[in-house]
Amino acid sequence: MDFITQHPVLVVSLAKIVGLMFVLMTTLAYLSWFERKVIAHIQSRWGPYYVGAHGLLQPLADGVKFLFKEDLTPPGADRFVYILAPMLALTLAMTTLALIPFGPPSVQWLGESTLIVANSSIGLMVVFAITSMGVYGVALAGWSSNSKYPLLGGLRSSAQMISYEVALTLAVVGVVLLSGTLNFNEMIQSQSGYYLHFVPRWNVVPQIVGFLCYFMSAVAETNRAPFDLPEGETELVGGFHTEYSSFKFAMFFMAEYANMITVSCLATILFFGGWLSPFPESWIFMRYLPPAGLLALAVYLAYDTVVLARGIARIQLIVVTAGALVIGLACLHPVVLAIIQGPFWFLLKVGLIMFFYVWTRATLPRLRYDQLMSFGWKFLLPVALANLVITALVKVWPLLVNHG
Amino acid sequence: MTLPFIMFFVCAALAVIGAFTLIVAREPIHSALALVLVMVSLAVLYLLLGAEFIAAVQIIVYAGAIMVLFVFVIMLLNAGVEERTDYSKLAKYAGLPFGFFLLLALAYWMLESFIGKQIANGLGGTNASVSTRELSAQLFQKYLFPFEATSILILIAILGALVLAKKDE
Repeated sequence: MDFITQHPVLVVSLAKIVGLMFVLMTTLAYLSWFERKVIAHIQSRWGPYYVGAHGLLQPLADGVKFLFKEDLTPPGADRFVYILAPMLALTLAMTTLALIPFGPPSVQWLGESTLIVANSSIGLMVVFAITSMGVYGVALAGWSSNSKYPLLGGLRSSAQMISYEVALTLAVVGVVLLSGTLNFNEMIQSQSGYYLHFVPRWNVVPQIVGFLCYFMSAVAETNRAPFDLPEGETELVGGFHTEYSSFKFAMFFMAEYANMITVSCLATILFFGGWLSPFPESWIFMRYLPPAGLLALAVYLAYDTVVLARGIARIQLIVVTAGALVIGLACLHPVVLAIIQGPFWFLLKVGLIMFFYVWTRATLPRLRYDQLMSFGWKFLLPVALANLVITALVKVWPLLVNHG
Repeated sequence: MTLPFIMFFVCAALAVIGAFTLIVAREPIHSALALVLVMVSLAVLYLLLGAEFIAAVQIIVYAGAIMVLFVFVIMLLNAGVEERTDYSKLAKYAGLPFGFFLLLALAYWMLESFIGKQIANGLGGTNASVSTRELSAQLFQKYLFPFEATSILILIAILGALVLAKKDE
């Protein structure tokens, strides 16, 4: 106990890192399940269904499959860089999550704020610094494979990521101007308050153009459909990761999902008020939304268990139902209820943006390469720039008028 | 030995190793990667000196933009492994002593300078972390003219690159 009280920063930081890693790894695994389910339902299919109830154990099966596949290294590959590339991609993608505040700084343990690993005064810049390095994973993977198609895929995606990074950054600067800070928590706090007493004062209202630019470039930046040319299988087999197999491929896979999470978290913080609740404080019953949601889920799962499921699936569903019930009831406790508010709204918003991501993938056809480039440079960039100039003018206008 | 002190030596060592690898490596991509290592280590050193903003900018501009472009061009040109020629006599007898002398001179001036004194004090001496607001106030008020002059210079460089690229048409 002495050690804990003497080194609160070290202990709390380590606990936060371990906790975040655990949650993140599980989320990454279940995102593939989420994506496959959503796309399947959009296309009138069932998606994963046989491994566990509702295919809930599919991520586990995928993990086992990846682990036991043969790990191939193509002849003539640059071994060091070949191994470095997926490690770089995954590490950089996961590091950014350390800067994200999942709840208000008032939630504390041993005097340290618990729901953010690193509360940097320039959080946004650090996130951009780390994501800007993300290109290396893709480019080096393409180059080190010593193969034609990965090289072409790597070149394509580096060009794409460099191009869209410009629009992405410019789209965000408008928000920075509005809130006047680079710290995530301060940015979120600057969005508190309501128009007409019930419409939240989120940045998405004045910065709707900025948000649209941000979202489109973010989709391109994470190499997702409809901008997933780096892995355009009709032209490039599998793009930069064609030669990767087994767990190295899984690492690229996880890096893509981690990048999606980062980008969605950023969108939530910058444009949708982060961990702020969309409802005014006076609507007290809205505080009970997290337990209510969980209990509703438990009721649905109980119905599922009794009426629909058969055999082993029924046992698994009982476990999941009990889990939802216990957590839902625990959330009714006033202390837990107070802590859960921030993370609940944050994760709900992130989840909705992730859903939007998957929805776009299921709906839109892939762009051609020249269309991609002209869209980025000739449309997104000028629009983001105009948005920035107009925001700056509106911000400076009162000063100009007062000075006469 | 405080933690910043240990971090300083680790990153300084990494920077030196990276710089050495950059020269010795025969594969252009390896050289580029070594340079990235140097840039990132330097960013951590800036961070240790309390310059958060500069550290982030160092990574965004050098490691995230310029070096990515380097790697991109090397991949695009598919540059092969360097061929080694016999080392020149001049480099051996004049270059090495001169380089050594330069290193000593630099080390002397650095130790006398502000940063050197900070490092000698174990980096814990000053915790003068400069906020982004102060930095931009300096940049856009006191140093406005050099700032604008630099941006015009860069603009001219971009135009020059465009003119050179369009030369054949």
